[in-house]
Amino acid sequence: MAQPKVLLLTGYGINCEEETAYAFEACGAQTAIVHVNDLIAAPKQLSDYQIFVVPGGFSYGDDTGSGNALANKMRHTLWPELMAFVAADHLVLGICNGFQVLVNLGLLPGDGDNSFGSRRVALIANRTARYECRWVNLLAAETDSVFLHGISSLSLPVAHGEGRFFAPPETLSELKQRRQIALRYVDAEIEPAQGSFPANPNGSIDDIAALSSVQGRIFGLMPHPERAFRLNQMPDWPERLALEPNSDWRQPGPGRVIFANAVKYFS
Amino acid sequence: MENNAAGHRLEIFFRDVDLDTRGQLLRDRLNSLELSTVVEEVWLSEVYTFEGDFSLVRLQEAADLLLNPVVHDCLIDESRPLGSADLILEVGFLPGVTDNIAHSAAETLADAWGAPLEDDQGVYSSTIYYLKAAAALTVEDRRLVGRILANALIERLDWKERPRYEADQGMDCIIPRVRLGGGKKISLVDLEISEAELVALGKEGIIDHHDESGNIVRRGPLALDLPSLGVIADYFAKVEKRKPTDLELEALAQTWSEHCKHTIFAAAIDDIEEGLYKTYIKGATEKIRQERGADDICVSVFVDNSGAIIFDDDYLVTDKVETHNSPSALDPFGGSITGIVGVNRDTVGFGLGAKPIINRYGFCVADPGDQEPLYRTAGGQNQALRPRRILDGIVDGVRVGGNCSGIPTTQGFLTFHPGYKGKPLVFVGTVGLIPRKTKAGRLSHEKAARPGDYIVVLGGRVGLDGIHGATFSSEALTGGSPATAVQIGDPITQKKFTDAIVKEVRQRNLYSSITDNGAGGISCSVAEMARECNGCRVDLEKVPVKYPGMAPWEIWISESQERMTLAVPPKKWPELETLLKSRGVEALVIGEFTASGRCQVSYRGEKIMDMELEFLHNGQPAKRLLTKVRPSEENQIFLPPLTEFSLEDLFIKMFKRLNLASHAYVSTQYDFEVQGGSVLKPLVGSGQIDGFTTVVQPLPESAKGVALSQSLYPAISDLDTYAAAATAIDTAVRNLLAVGTPLSHIALLDNFCWCSSDEPERLWQLKECARACYETAICYGTPFISGKDSMYNDFRGFDRSDQPVTISVPPTILISSIGVMPDISKVRSFAFVKPGDLLYLLGSGGVEIGGSEYLALLKEEELATSEAQGQVPKFVPADQLPLYTRLQEWTAAGHFRSLYPLAQGGLAYAAGKGALAQGLGCELEIPASERPDLFLFNEYPGRFLVSVAPELGAEFEKGFAENCFTKLGRVRVDEEIVISQNGEISLQMTVSTLLAAYRSTFAGF
Repeated sequence: MAQPKVLLLTGYGINCEEETAYAFEACGAQTAIVHVNDLIAAPKQLSDYQIFVVPGGFSYGDDTGSGNALANKMRHTLWPELMAFVAADHLVLGICNGFQVLVNLGLLPGDGDNSFGSRRVALIANRTARYECRWVNLLAAETDSVFLHGISSLSLPVAHGEGRFFAPPETLSELKQRRQIALRYVDAEIEPAQGSFPANPNGSIDDIAALSSVQGRIFGLMPHPERAFRLNQMPDWPERLALEPNSDWRQPGPGRVIFANAVKYFS
Repeated sequence: MENNAAGHRLEIFFRDVDLDTRGQLLRDRLNSLELSTVVEEVWLSEVYTFEGDFSLVRLQEAADLLLNPVVHDCLIDESRPLGSADLILEVGFLPGVTDNIAHSAAETLADAWGAPLEDDQGVYSSTIYYLKAAAALTVEDRRLVGRILANALIERLDWKERPRYEADQGMDCIIPRVRLGGGKKISLVDLEISEAELVALGKEGIIDHHDESGNIVRRGPLALDLPSLGVIADYFAKVEKRKPTDLELEALAQTWSEHCKHTIFAAAIDDIEEGLYKTYIKGATEKIRQERGADDICVSVFVDNSGAIIFDDDYLVTDKVETHNSPSALDPFGGSITGIVGVNRDTVGFGLGAKPIINRYGFCVADPGDQEPLYRTAGGQNQALRPRRILDGIVDGVRVGGNCSGIPTTQGFLTFHPGYKGKPLVFVGTVGLIPRKTKAGRLSHEKAARPGDYIVVLGGRVGLDGIHGATFSSEALTGGSPATAVQIGDPITQKKFTDAIVKEVRQRNLYSSITDNGAGGISCSVAEMARECNGCRVDLEKVPVKYPGMAPWEIWISESQERMTLAVPPKKWPELETLLKSRGVEALVIGEFTASGRCQVSYRGEKIMDMELEFLHNGQPAKRLLTKVRPSEENQIFLPPLTEFSLEDLFIKMFKRLNLASHAYVSTQYDFEVQGGSVLKPLVGSGQIDGFTTVVQPLPESAKGVALSQSLYPAISDLDTYAAAATAIDTAVRNLLAVGTPLSHIALLDNFCWCSSDEPERLWQLKECARACYETAICYGTPFISGKDSMYNDFRGFDRSDQPVTISVPPTILISSIGVMPDISKVRSFAFVKPGDLLYLLGSGGVEIGGSEYLALLKEEELATSEAQGQVPKFVPADQLPLYTRLQEWTAAGHFRSLYPLAQGGLAYAAGKGALAQGLGCELEIPASERPDLFLFNEYPGRFLVSVAPELGAEFEKGFAENCFTKLGRVRVDEEIVISQNGEISLQMTVSTLLAAYRSTFAGF
């Protein structure tokens, strides 16, 4: 299959679906933005797609815990179809609020052996108790993530009020053992942030910014790769232009490879 | 409210209190309040109170749905063990206040249970704070703590000490259901009454009832003056031959309010028969459009909810900036969130519905360190919120409103001035994008309701919140200001219908017209749309309400948020209804548009409004205003000799000033990246230095960018409103030129926030200000496309010693600029980027410091007397045009390395920020003839600090020779900032020293 079909969820406050769809399209995928109620009304359509994306946003206003209300809704209405989807050789991506949804659904980190459904980790209010929109540096850890193939470190923006990763100690060591910790916050020198703000923008335990499923086909991350897709989205763009006036704004930013990897998986 | 044993309480809290960050930060905040004791611990619980019949099984299911088992524990109808806590506080909303958390909770329960809650069931949210203090809190301590935790206008705050909590087995179960008396009928209002009674009717409203002691209780201000009431009395006596109903009178008050009709701007003033708005604002735009001819960028100006200019062949960009001052003074969070989501609707309500793509903000407040209390009522009653509390609240409101809506909030500012202590100014704006034509080939900026179209309201329901908002903001803020004017936005409800309209419905061509419900609610939106077809007929009982028992007039004028009104052809209604339902959006037909020439409203079959549309909209008596010249307060300043100054000290102090220090703590709370189009961000360089212009790329495949900026000079306004407006326009325009926007594609928005607008001297200032807008805009060829005014920003109350005080805002003109740049590859920031680059001051001017930050600092340092005002820069826009023309050639060629358009703080501030941005120092030589401090800190407009590669130095000097430049020095390789004169170093400091100063002022915010 040359061109994978991507379903991006929308509705109830999801708000990054258009730029995320653009990122997939620009990497050669075919995309459809589908309202969650339309998917619930016809859940079988999920099997027409190879990549399922829960984009970033503010589903239900983050009320009752970010991602919680949408995850509840999906668990009650879409669970069998979601299980069939992840059982196949498909990809799932959750960005920011989408990551929070995947965690609340129990799609990440999963229960091992390709079984899913328990909530085992949490993304709670930032250590600053404040929404943080800023650029961070990330280091990819050893995983089998399809999305992070070939990536060692990268800069991406975060924008969230509840991104503080928490897991009980036994879960944490299990995540390490199963190589599920996908990205960690690091400082400008790519040294561990060690919890310090602003390198670690939310106080995540062990600087964890992203998780992968054991098989590497489900990926959730707090930062927004679709916002670092082109060079002109980078924070140093105006200063880069001052030094290199002929820079092309269409050149790829560091986030692009995450989408390209997902599309390439099906080629 | 009632203590209802039938209710159930679900309390959710962190199992491990170490994760309770909000509690820990609250503890630190409380300890910053100078309490008599130390608060050692604070922990929080979130509470959901369930009203009505719920089985234990249901409650347990609810708990599973609402908590996170990884981190939370919960209790159902049990009190949380106190541990070491000795004081327990619970904060919940008062009945009828928007409770977004409860709303989401009810929805999540309905999703899981497959059916919505019953009418007699309800869910309400509240928060419990458990405090452990070293010693018991005094009464004063509790007052201070209470003011941080709750706003008495919208929230209840209940306290229990440990013994009481234990005896009661927890906090009380309080159910804030709205219970209205009901049976409210429509009544007729007699206008054949004494003049004194008419005045009372206009000022305080229609008599509602008599209280137990026989005192008259009125419904709240109509803000109708005697001549208006006279015309109304006359109309009903002669034309309708009956008395007006209360609803008709309320509707007229809304429609004729200063807030809606802008009576002061519309009135004849001195010899300006057409009034300020038509003559100076719209007049400027018309003249510019005429002169531009085929190059006109305006498409829809002053006729719709936003103004629109051309973006490219296929799209328009819209812009609108609103104010939400009065509500923000009472409930800063509610006021500002309502403001931002309200102005978002001015985008969705533009044409056939534009997509909001950028939010703007601007907050004018007093010194957040000012602790001196103010009271709205005599006898130390009804204390006004302190500046810090107001600032925190309005920052939060725009954060929640903007972030939840998925609209990047890129552009904004904070301005501090003592005049904003009584009433803050909260500016909120939204830029939209709309295809020029719909798929059906309709021009998307044109719309008209047609006779026979259904009147459809969609979005939120109507409640008592926001009654009298329009008339209330037309009056000064006093102790009697109505609490129902306060409301809280619900961005998710709005997001749902915004997505539905701009992403789906608009393209399907399902409606003839659309507008937003803002001030005056449906009374304004329906009556306004009715002008498009000349009539409407409404069945008021069909309007969806939040709770039963509202009077018809309340339904008609309620400003409950998150609602749009649509004109829908009957044959399109089924498709629209189905689509909206599937998007979780409630929509109902409440009547139809007609061609009767009348606005007709009935309630359960009874006719309660039936009057001519023409009278409703145009019946207001024309006003004639007279002004009186206000004598200038400008004077000569006598500054001490320079030997008494330390330049380094001044530099540091300037960078710490409230208006010049880093406000990054605000911009980083706002999602400026969502929608993925950011090009020039709110913070510049690795130093994350506050910018004043942002650029967004709305379409990922197009190189075009939307550049935004704004400017205001309230301190200059105090002295000369003409200069303040001219300088603000110049700055707002120059800021866009500096990032590479052509002057020919820049438009302006005006926001006048005035004070005491019934005083002739204030009106003269207003006239001067409007004249400056006209002359400067025409000079630059930059049309106004939208504007708004707020005329009574005065506070009347009492001080600590119960003396009456009036605090008026300085006459404030905010100019917002929007431009379209052809190529985002031409954008530059103000950051110095390369050692050795040459630094030039481009443009010329005087060294007047009237109204400057520097003069304010000198006064604070007692280096200038409090009477010293100086002269404001007398600046001539026409003199700037040759420079701006040349500058545009250079920006288009990409020749500059950096540009900083000088504004507040002058050259010194520009050079300092240029250095801080990337940590590269600079050296500047002050011309021998100049007094260093005045040269460095004056705020004369029309100038830029630019850096240029050394190899382009000769070309620059040749190219700009006629436009006047001063060669200042160069960018250094290290991080030293060095300023010298006659070869002698007068200042040397490091970037890190300055950066620390710059970041120190708001470090604790």
